[in-house]
Amino acid sequence: MRALTDGWLMAGRNMRHVVRAPEEIILYFTLPIMFVLVFGYVFGSGMTVPGQGSYREFLLPGVFVMTMLYGLGATASAIAVDAGRGVVDRFRSLPMARSALLSGRAGADLVRACLEMTTLVVCGLLVGWQWREGIGPALAAVALILLLRVAMTWVGILFGLLVPNPDTVAVVVFPLAFPLTALSNVFVAPELMPDWLGAIAAWNPLSATVAAARDLFGNPGLGGDSWPARHALELAIAWPLALIAVAAPAAVRSYRRLGR
Amino acid sequence: MTDDTTAVLADGIRKRYGRTTALDGFDLAVPAGTVYGVLGPNGAGKTTAVRILTTLLRFDAGRARVAGYDVASDPDRVRAAISLTGQYAAVDEVLSGRQNLVLFGRLRRLSARRARRRAEELLDRFGLTEAADRSAGTYSGGMRRRLDLAASLVVPPRVLFLDEPTTGLDPRSRNGLWTAVRELVADGTTVLLTTQYLQEADHLADRVCVIDTGRVVAEGTPEHLKARIGADRLELVVADATDLPAAATVVERATGAAATVDAELRRVDAPVADRIAVLTAVLRALDDAGIAVEDVLVRRPTLDEAFLRLTGAHADAQRVGVAS
Repeated sequence: MRALTDGWLMAGRNMRHVVRAPEEIILYFTLPIMFVLVFGYVFGSGMTVPGQGSYREFLLPGVFVMTMLYGLGATASAIAVDAGRGVVDRFRSLPMARSALLSGRAGADLVRACLEMTTLVVCGLLVGWQWREGIGPALAAVALILLLRVAMTWVGILFGLLVPNPDTVAVVVFPLAFPLTALSNVFVAPELMPDWLGAIAAWNPLSATVAAARDLFGNPGLGGDSWPARHALELAIAWPLALIAVAAPAAVRSYRRLGR
Repeated sequence: MTDDTTAVLADGIRKRYGRTTALDGFDLAVPAGTVYGVLGPNGAGKTTAVRILTTLLRFDAGRARVAGYDVASDPDRVRAAISLTGQYAAVDEVLSGRQNLVLFGRLRRLSARRARRRAEELLDRFGLTEAADRSAGTYSGGMRRRLDLAASLVVPPRVLFLDEPTTGLDPRSRNGLWTAVRELVADGTTVLLTTQYLQEADHLADRVCVIDTGRVVAEGTPEHLKARIGADRLELVVADATDLPAAATVVERATGAAATVDAELRRVDAPVADRIAVLTAVLRALDDAGIAVEDVLVRRPTLDEAFLRLTGAHADAQRVGVAS
């Protein structure tokens, strides 16, 4: 109970930060818009999809998920900045829940992710993407993507605490995140890759969410007979939950050890 | 000793960082309702001790109780009873002063309304009402410290820890902070204060301890500490520097103690036991010798002298230990 109310207060703090320093809001929109336009038009013009359908429509659920992954960097550096601030000493000497600083970050980042998601969907619709299975499944797909974002948030929080230097965070996150998207079904269907690479891509947690979202949106590009491809929906739920189960307690533990 | 009369108790606390020993058997007993000064040079272990007592830092050995609760096994209860104002203002730099105080009030379980009301009171009391809606990051050093102290008082703590609270403050802000501390103690709060400024401890503290290299080397009232380095001192300034050796001889003969000569200030000083008798004797002897004196006084030793003497003595003892 206290963990919830304190987390809520800390989420409020993070959102007030955004209101007081609104230039950061621009970032909420630029990355999603840029990703949709760059990938949608650069790749979307020339590539083909297994089966039929437009590549752009194939690509966009992948871009949604990729944007969520890259949000990890913002989370990690926000936590690293916080951990380096003197105010953390006050938080740590207050009788508040130990998890609150972190869950407050996770809460504020979920709000941010909702704004990003809205931007992504609007941009997607403008470039010709659409959902074909009705609003219910489309919302379910969005929920899966946001679930992955929550998992990425906790990974980012853990990361920000382990590398408590905001500059280092920025340098490390991109080289880690980029191969993770390339080795998934975001840009290319795993069936079109060499076998071993395709297997890696199929098991990639991002691929599960992307495949499940494509299915629910009714976008092209499903298929593949691999076990993970056939169980995309289950994996799209299980992977993020597993990541949260590992990263969240580890993050709280390393927060407790700060300054010791 | 968990009774109500001891607010902070440290018993043989040890803390090592790798090979460095920060605290080496640190002992402390702060009576409730008093101001206790922890004095020591940089790196003596003052901040480490405060961070341990405020649950921010784990320690390797020993026992610590604050407000009756064990620091190691019951940190949440300790946190509920204390506040810490550190060397660096621990406030949120993006939020406004008011938002800071409301947030800390809410985190201390005040209702939204009470937290807002309390924030207004504190802003007013610390002269921050005008700046209340500006980001704390734009505050001057003195304002930030005041906000930091206000944040510590949102719910008046039973024990307030002040870690070098006036380092880098201008004299006016410093006096304001001292007044606030005195008011708090009048309301029943126990204050543990670390400082490098002996004047500060002398002004505020009922008792002080001096720590050096992680261990208490002296403890008592400020008066008691001053007494430990001996008696009052006679200090005189001669008009002509060439008279210094003769003046020193006169002083040494009258006091029976070694005199210290500062050529630059043309000053001779020496400890005295019987103030008035010595003063009279010295003045008469100087007059006889035809030495012109610009200034002469008998004074209590400053805490600075006590401090240097105590920490210096400790350093010497260590050097001997290493050599043998």
